[in-house]
Amino acid sequence: MLSLTIYISFIGAIVIGTLIPANPPRIARVLALMVAVAGLAFAVAGFIAGAGQGSVVIVDKLWVPAMGIHYMLVADGISRVLVLLTGIASVAGILFSWNIENRANQFFAFYLVLIGGVYGVFLSGDLFLLFVFYEIAIVPKYFLISIWGSTRREYAAMKLALFSFVGSAMVLIGLLAAYATSGSQTTTLVGLAQAGLPVSFQMWCFPLVFVGFGILAGMWPFHTWAPTGHVAAPTAASMLLAGVVMKLGAYGCLRVAIGLFPHGLDPWAFTHFGLASWRDVFALLAVIGIIYGALVALAQTDFKFVIGYSSVSHMGFVLLGLVTLNQIGVDGAVLQMFSHGVIAGLLFAIVGRIVYDRTHTRQFGELEHMHLARRMPFAAWAFVLAGVASMGLPGFSGFIAELQVLVGAWRANPLWTIGAGIGIIVGVAYTWRALQKAFFSDIIPGAHVLEEEKAHPFAPITWPEMAGVALLGISTLAVGIYPRILLDQIEPAVKALLGGLQ
Amino acid sequence: MNYADLFRATLPETALEIAALLVLIVDLGVVRKAALQTRVAVASLVGIAGCIVAIWGVYAAGKAGFSINGEVLLSAGSIAGVAQVGILVLTAVTLLLLVGEEFTKHVGEYVAVVLMAAAGGLIISAAQDLLVIFIGLELLSLGLYILTAFAKKSGKSAEAAMKYYLFGGMSAAFLLLGFSYFYGLSGTTSLLGIQNAIAKSGPTPLLYVAWILVVAGLGFKIAAVPFHLWAPDTYEGAPAPAAAFIASVSKVASFTLLISFSFSWLRVNLPTGGDEYALLANAQACFDTWHGLGTILLVVAVASMVVGNLAAIAQVSVRRLLAYSAIAHAGYILLGIGVQASYDGPGYIGISATTAADAALRSANAVLYYILTYGLTTIGAFGVVSVVERATGSDRLDSFLGLHKRNPVLAAVLMVLFLSLAGIPPLVGFWAKFNLFAAVLNVGEGVVPFTLVALAIAMSAVSLYYYLQVLKRAYVMPAADESPIKASPITTLVLVAIAAAVVVMGCFPALLQNWIASFGA
Repeated sequence: MLSLTIYISFIGAIVIGTLIPANPPRIARVLALMVAVAGLAFAVAGFIAGAGQGSVVIVDKLWVPAMGIHYMLVADGISRVLVLLTGIASVAGILFSWNIENRANQFFAFYLVLIGGVYGVFLSGDLFLLFVFYEIAIVPKYFLISIWGSTRREYAAMKLALFSFVGSAMVLIGLLAAYATSGSQTTTLVGLAQAGLPVSFQMWCFPLVFVGFGILAGMWPFHTWAPTGHVAAPTAASMLLAGVVMKLGAYGCLRVAIGLFPHGLDPWAFTHFGLASWRDVFALLAVIGIIYGALVALAQTDFKFVIGYSSVSHMGFVLLGLVTLNQIGVDGAVLQMFSHGVIAGLLFAIVGRIVYDRTHTRQFGELEHMHLARRMPFAAWAFVLAGVASMGLPGFSGFIAELQVLVGAWRANPLWTIGAGIGIIVGVAYTWRALQKAFFSDIIPGAHVLEEEKAHPFAPITWPEMAGVALLGISTLAVGIYPRILLDQIEPAVKALLGGLQ
Repeated sequence: MNYADLFRATLPETALEIAALLVLIVDLGVVRKAALQTRVAVASLVGIAGCIVAIWGVYAAGKAGFSINGEVLLSAGSIAGVAQVGILVLTAVTLLLLVGEEFTKHVGEYVAVVLMAAAGGLIISAAQDLLVIFIGLELLSLGLYILTAFAKKSGKSAEAAMKYYLFGGMSAAFLLLGFSYFYGLSGTTSLLGIQNAIAKSGPTPLLYVAWILVVAGLGFKIAAVPFHLWAPDTYEGAPAPAAAFIASVSKVASFTLLISFSFSWLRVNLPTGGDEYALLANAQACFDTWHGLGTILLVVAVASMVVGNLAAIAQVSVRRLLAYSAIAHAGYILLGIGVQASYDGPGYIGISATTAADAALRSANAVLYYILTYGLTTIGAFGVVSVVERATGSDRLDSFLGLHKRNPVLAAVLMVLFLSLAGIPPLVGFWAKFNLFAAVLNVGEGVVPFTLVALAIAMSAVSLYYYLQVLKRAYVMPAADESPIKASPITTLVLVAIAAAVVVMGCFPALLQNWIASFGA
């Protein structure tokens, strides 16, 4: 069932890209929505069917016999949760690109290729198959941003493509080295994990692969593509970038770097600046990312940059959770991937689509004078919902995820928790500031301004916008109120993964 | 000496030469008065028929090479067989792209020269003797000089041909000088005999001089730094089908020659059944004396990767960009040959000759996989460039502006081919690189091969930048002129077929691997 998500996306992309004309855009749009909804349906069905089951092999065929590469799709709890996230994000992304008029068929073709690649990464059971899907997801991002983007789009798109490609080059070097070193006849993740790679090899291969994937996960100091990319991208692409593409990086860190090279996290024989292992190094980078992203978000004057930097901060929690290497921390990291995917999608949708399309500015200085809370109550309240979810208030998915990461980090090293805690406090501050400046500013309008506003009301909120907000909002609320839905699947998978490391 | 054997071993070459004569007769005799397009179609068809017969000839020759008094002159099957079929297929594809070209009225001569040059390529893919190598090489090179100059109305074409010819003449002189040293060192012209003799006498400084001279000569053919200076000018000035031929067929033949030159000890140690290749008593001595060549190749490989990729970034002409990217690709391929040639010796002490030979064969197959798929992709790229050039009058980056509107099919083909050249999966270019690098790491463990592969992968990340520059023009940037660009149905069909082949071979990488492996050791 889950494997159909991949195929239907690619088939949809080919059909829309080759057979559907660019005009009128409605056909491509509706067809893309149908494909994405079908993908979501398969993801949900697979998610429900997978309840209580561990790791399930969906397909296993020899793909490149000479090198022992398998076409192997495997789903465990982590995969199923992330496939579900991809389904939700892809439907929401299409709902928020309802206003794409220019070259709509190409837009949705690139979009669906990206989605298909993402589904593929989350389901791959073979190292090189995972890499192939991972790279498939890179190219469409370039075109989505550079063709349909806004602020400095060509610069941002090229920067993103090169960062991604350099990251994947590092990963490829590591994977080839692992393949050559193991001398094993198979490249499945399970097979390679059992191949017994030498500890000294894992020691240098782990950081290479972890950083390679980490670049895409927005790891500080390699995060600089993220804010520019997010800001330049069209709304749907920002939602996907923050929502699922950054998760690809984090997923690679977990599944490949930690899964295959666990001894890379062992303590070194020496200590420098209080760092005694790669684990300390990456935890430090994650904590710096959390605080740095939050502080920079606090200083932005562009609404979308606030969300862009907040992504860096939130992804820091994911990375921190991963390197705790204990059950609760990694559970939290996976849950945070889901949670951030949904919440960041919602934030970008409100800022980039609902607000920007009507006000044509993202500068706080101009938004302050527009009294959006009164003129656009739907956007304001949707942003309040997304904002409090992003801050990590109880009742939303962010709360339980970040809490678990913090508990896990405390068990590993209390200092990390203190650093991350500071990040949460600053996170409340920048969300509050954005909310206040954009929607609830207390500048009192003059009489003629009110008349002016009355004469030129904003376009009403359309049904796709409402549907998208509802889908994402309900997702974060549902997981926040009853996190067991996801945790029941995540916990056994994480347990199995961590158990394999011992 | 047995003329029946010689005939059987050279069946493919004979077929091509006969086809070349037929093309001349048909074009100058039968269809002389017909319209240019008809003549082009007829000539290409005859040429393609010749290629098909020659492919049959390669299969018919099987594994029977040709030797005199136990000295092998022409090998058959295995690497030579793969390369020969590859050369013939790629030649046929370049002939197909001739349709619609108008750079010359002398169609019959053009196709005849292409076929003769391809015959030269077939000879050097199989040659195992210095003299035969030289004859084949000159047959190929002379053909290429003529093809480059074929657009008589274009000054650029003449300039490119003159540069190419002068560089080529000089490099042929280097090569001959190197060959003479080999003869002096060993007293024989057979590659096998040379290696045997040198393995017994041990390496001398003169041997290094000979290698360097030979690498200079062959480095010119494959456009490796620092022997690459002709490439950008020739790629830019030559008529597009000729440039495609130089970039693909000539490369396949030259790399195959480099393989037989670097791995000729492979023949020494392979269990071939007959006793025509005497099993060398001391295989290790052979490895040890020959691995100096590998070191030289690696230096050239690194220079090519770095210079090619960095220089390509600065290009504004797409043909020159393709030339520099070809230099970079030559660097990757040389890495595969060089690591194999330099590491088999010291690393394999204690390993049986068969194991070492298996590893070498794997490297050779990976190189062939790379060069064949690269050749096909480049032909397609030149096909697209040529159509755009005819419509806009230039191959500047800016002529590709708005291609997705002006001809969506062509733009899609361009995207597939360029992404494949950049090594993005699931296109075949990715598997070519992947195979090659995996073979390199499989052969040589340790810091040096690993660093070289890391450099190569980093450099291919750089290459994405300049390939995207072209795609950016085609898809992203707005165009001033949006009038449609028309391509003839046949050209479009061939280009789409090439793109489809790149995708299919990329999704099923085992297809081509199995085919190459089917030629055996």
